[in-house]
Amino acid sequence: MPDLPINLTVNGLPVSTEAPARMTLADLLRERLSLTGTHLACEHGVCGACTVIVDGLAVRACLMLAVQADGSEIVTVEGLGSQDGLSALQAAFRKHHALQCGFCTPGILTTMHALLLSEPSADEARIREVLSGNLCRCTGYIPIVEAVLEARASYARAEAAE
Amino acid sequence: MKLPSINYASPTSVAEAVHLLAKHEGEAQIISGGQSLVPMLAFRLAAPSLLVDLRRVSGLDRIEIEGEAVVLGAKVRWRDIENDSRLATAHPLLAEAVRHVAHYQVRNRGTVGGSLAHADPAAELPAVAVTCGAEIAVVGPNGDRRVKADAFFVGPLLTSLAPSEVIVALRLPAWPPQRRWGFREFARRTGDFALAGAALFYDVDVNGRIANSRVGVFGIDDVPLRLLEVEKVLDGTRPNGAAFAVAVARARDTVTPRTDIHADAEYRRALLATMLERALQDAAERKNGHA
Amino acid sequence: MNRPNAWIGSAVARVEDERFLRGRGCFVGDIAAEGLRHAAILRSPLAHGRIERIDTAAALALPGVVAVITASDIGAVPRIPMRQHAVPEGEIYRQPVIAHDKVRYVGEPVAVVIAEDPAVAEDALALIELDITELPVVADRHIAARDDVLMFEEAGTNRVRVLCARMGDADAAFAAADYCRRESFSVQRHTAMPMEPRGLLAEWDAAANRLTLHGATKVIFYNRRTLAEMLGVAETAVDLIEVDVGGGFGARGELYPEDFLIPFAARHVGGRVRWIEDRREHLMAMNHAREMYADIEIACRRDGTVLGLRGHVDVDLGAYVRTNGFTAPRNVVQFMSGPYHVPNIELDAVVYVTNKTPTGTYRGPGRFEASFFGERLFDMAAQDLGIDPAEFRRRNLLREEQLPYPLPALLDTDDGGKTECDNGAYAIVLDRCLREFGWSEKIKLQGRLIDGRYHGVGLGCFIEGGAGGPRENARMIVEPDGRIAVYVGSSAIGQGLETILGQIAADALGLPMDRVRVAHGSTTLVSDGFGSFHSRSTVMGGSAVLLAAEALLAAIRDAAAARFGCAVNDVRFADGLASHGSEQVAFGAFAGLSVERTYHNKKHTYSYGSHAAHVAVDAGTGHVEILDYVTVEDVGRIINPATLHGQVLGAVVQGLGSVFLEHLQYDENGQLLTGSLADYLLPTATDFPRIRGLSLGLRPCPNNPLGAKGAGEGGLIAVGGVIGNAIAGALRSFGVQPRDLPLSPPRLWHLIDQARRAAANDTRNGHNG
Repeated sequence: MPDLPINLTVNGLPVSTEAPARMTLADLLRERLSLTGTHLACEHGVCGACTVIVDGLAVRACLMLAVQADGSEIVTVEGLGSQDGLSALQAAFRKHHALQCGFCTPGILTTMHALLLSEPSADEARIREVLSGNLCRCTGYIPIVEAVLEARASYARAEAAE
Repeated sequence: MKLPSINYASPTSVAEAVHLLAKHEGEAQIISGGQSLVPMLAFRLAAPSLLVDLRRVSGLDRIEIEGEAVVLGAKVRWRDIENDSRLATAHPLLAEAVRHVAHYQVRNRGTVGGSLAHADPAAELPAVAVTCGAEIAVVGPNGDRRVKADAFFVGPLLTSLAPSEVIVALRLPAWPPQRRWGFREFARRTGDFALAGAALFYDVDVNGRIANSRVGVFGIDDVPLRLLEVEKVLDGTRPNGAAFAVAVARARDTVTPRTDIHADAEYRRALLATMLERALQDAAERKNGHA
Repeated sequence: MNRPNAWIGSAVARVEDERFLRGRGCFVGDIAAEGLRHAAILRSPLAHGRIERIDTAAALALPGVVAVITASDIGAVPRIPMRQHAVPEGEIYRQPVIAHDKVRYVGEPVAVVIAEDPAVAEDALALIELDITELPVVADRHIAARDDVLMFEEAGTNRVRVLCARMGDADAAFAAADYCRRESFSVQRHTAMPMEPRGLLAEWDAAANRLTLHGATKVIFYNRRTLAEMLGVAETAVDLIEVDVGGGFGARGELYPEDFLIPFAARHVGGRVRWIEDRREHLMAMNHAREMYADIEIACRRDGTVLGLRGHVDVDLGAYVRTNGFTAPRNVVQFMSGPYHVPNIELDAVVYVTNKTPTGTYRGPGRFEASFFGERLFDMAAQDLGIDPAEFRRRNLLREEQLPYPLPALLDTDDGGKTECDNGAYAIVLDRCLREFGWSEKIKLQGRLIDGRYHGVGLGCFIEGGAGGPRENARMIVEPDGRIAVYVGSSAIGQGLETILGQIAADALGLPMDRVRVAHGSTTLVSDGFGSFHSRSTVMGGSAVLLAAEALLAAIRDAAAARFGCAVNDVRFADGLASHGSEQVAFGAFAGLSVERTYHNKKHTYSYGSHAAHVAVDAGTGHVEILDYVTVEDVGRIINPATLHGQVLGAVVQGLGSVFLEHLQYDENGQLLTGSLADYLLPTATDFPRIRGLSLGLRPCPNNPLGAKGAGEGGLIAVGGVIGNAIAGALRSFGVQPRDLPLSPPRLWHLIDQARRAAANDTRNGHNG
């Protein structure tokens, strides 16, 4: 079956590529675009490790066909920080020891980034509810929640500045 | 867990989608959000030859609140329902039920049409549809029709939708402002499918008695069910603990719960009684339809 | 040293974090390589059967398929050795790397497809014709014990072995005791479930006859030796490379069938072959753990002094004895007395094979099970004797002056079966835990119904063995810029090893953290290594780093003295400079200077502690909410409080997953029913939000130069007993005693329901009689 053309924007850069219909967005990012920060831990839509931001919304990249992302703007974990530093969210994760093995971390960062962009004052209950769509086996989640709570301030400031 | 080999089409109209389905004679399948279908593909439990994507079909993503009905387009996502503040009064039972659906990321992609077509016996939306006596609007090669929700769901992951038909909308009867309602479910973890749940509403007549009660249960049988026997018990009584106890006892006797790896039938029966009792209590405490 | 202990003991931010946070980690699936081919594995769909025929023609004919490998391509099929505690009785039960005559569990490898594309490799699996004659299934230990269906005909029995732990004279103690109680308990089959599935990238260089294997971890040097032998090549022709690892928890990194099959495939097709395990196969292929059934008895004096423990534990090992299959059965009997003085012990672990996925270690192997069994029994005894559960434990904890204290010996083992608790202030830590938790206030809630839920509190104490020997290696090299490269034989499995060993090295060398660079886990770095298991990396790897640092400083001192023309003792060190009077020279001047040291140790460390929990039980649903959970532990000496705290919180949540959620269920045909993460339930962020952990460095370990004790498993070990006890407390008005895990809502509801029915019957009978 022939590959299908796909045009999208990834982390601000335009990309023209092609993929077979059965290829998921996660595999497109990893195998065709070498963006291996997006991880696959279940490939059936439960663990959240592959979460990327598509047109502003956090989605599971293993449950979206690559061709369905044609025309979309994608942000992956590689697009969160700046060239020379960690974002406020990433820095808070480091400070609070919110990661151990680091495998689930990219999907959690993208999910929480999308959440705080739209809900910068999300409370602990809301953060936990949203985070419940991402599995982490190492941390017990407590340090992650602490990090996200702290990072809220920088999103609220960014919103106020707009 | 790579997906099986498939072809892909993204038509721009429902008619074109129906045409593609008809042309491939049951080998083609609609995809929209993909949140239920893609896992099935990943496990290779489904292997259609063609996926017909509705993403370029316009007009299916609206929530319309009409005099007679609340109409949800097939491409309406969980997040759209969650963010539509009108639904807090236009259909509070729907709004509450949808809060329990899946997780954040899935709610950003998962759709009304996908949930109805997938027909999981423990899913919230089919339960609300059956409880409320909703209709599912579908379009097929021979034109469009509306299917009553209780005739739509025929088994676990089975519907009466014909292979060439496309779901276009869910029509829920309009919600009177004074209606009392309750929704309770118990799942092992946030976002999991419920082991048992109850969705119900009733009106209170001028004499302070229950009228027009509807009691739906899910996660219990192969399809979401209305418990007509329980509704009969409730109608005409005053909404109080004694009446509720009779209704709950009747529900226990009425259902034939299933057993699976997550829960046995006996537990499900008891759990349903607990959910129903709590939902009835919630309804009574909610007074004017609001929390 | 001008800044002793500047790094050890402080919450140094991890050096690993930046790459992970930016999506720049390099896990095995992330390695880019030319000419990569992809493997998929056909696994047995049946639990027990005889292979009659495998026809691979149709699969081979599929465009994109390069090769299909079955047992007949391999010839004499090697079997996986017992890495730990090898005994002759286990030999016959070892797993062949690929099924050739029989299949013995659902998921056992039968064939390997190599293709140009991973999806095509999966497509080809469906085209392999596999003809298996079904045999009766040994679905559980009861069927196994009957021996009328044999899984290994040549063995003549499904009972592999009995492991016996002995101390004192149990029979005499029970005969003389005021009080005895016998009970049955069980822990369900579950598994480690690291977030990254396994993966391997094997590279065969035909010209050089060399294998490079990426994705190895945990026990890399052992695996290299074993793999070289299996492949029939020299050990020096094999290199195992550790890249970033997404969690281990005891299960990852053992030598599995795939660790042979993928390198074999690379040699077979002459190039690079990658296999990334998917979650479905992970659930049936990676080691399971913990399925044990205890029938045990306690003897006490009327004052609550425990006199003895006896009984047996049936272990459902699954289909084969894998690399560390005997570790958990050993531990469950040797550590059931935990931190308590139990002078008379007679406990047997009876190990059976069944037609299920083989089992191995998962964080706290055998210890979690033993703690659940023992602590539940202690609480029952305390209740019967009318003694407060905290007082009961205080009365029986080992006193400081009783330490070191030998644990019961294991009979007929490969290693003598002896170990002893090192040191500690067990009772002080228990009292600290009770204080932190607020036990004296919360105990007043015991059994009370508040807002529709029953409240309960529970308690448990544990020891955690660490620092498994026999030795570990560290090598240090001075780099031209004056930085010190530190190479260790330990493995990183997500626990922050680079940071912790960096702290130890920087302290010992008197350098800032950024002047030390830690590399680990690959056979190219040091001559030998023992890896990461048994909470050993910090103590064993860290002590080796300490020895190497001392040796490196001595070597630099010698070289500097020669350069300065002064006496060795007159050379001073500060911040990476060697000086004598006004002369100074940077370490970089000695670039290339290198030392390698080995730390030898056979004495285990025992960190210890107490846990307490406050729960609320909804009798209408069987749901339990954890309102508070407190752990207090003494790890001897804390290297990094932040990473240690992270280990504790993560371990407690894993333990709560074991107690409430995680269960690998099989049917009577040996089919795995929980084959996805929608059915195998892991804890999520909304399940257990309230956990508090306190780690102390009260009593440094006397047996290693760091004073540290292995940690990281203790947060998990006590959870089962503590929660079981808290639920029993909450439901004491019903007389409910949780005996079996998991305490799922249905199970708990049934316990309450049965108790209600029994009470109703009693009432009726009482009135009638």
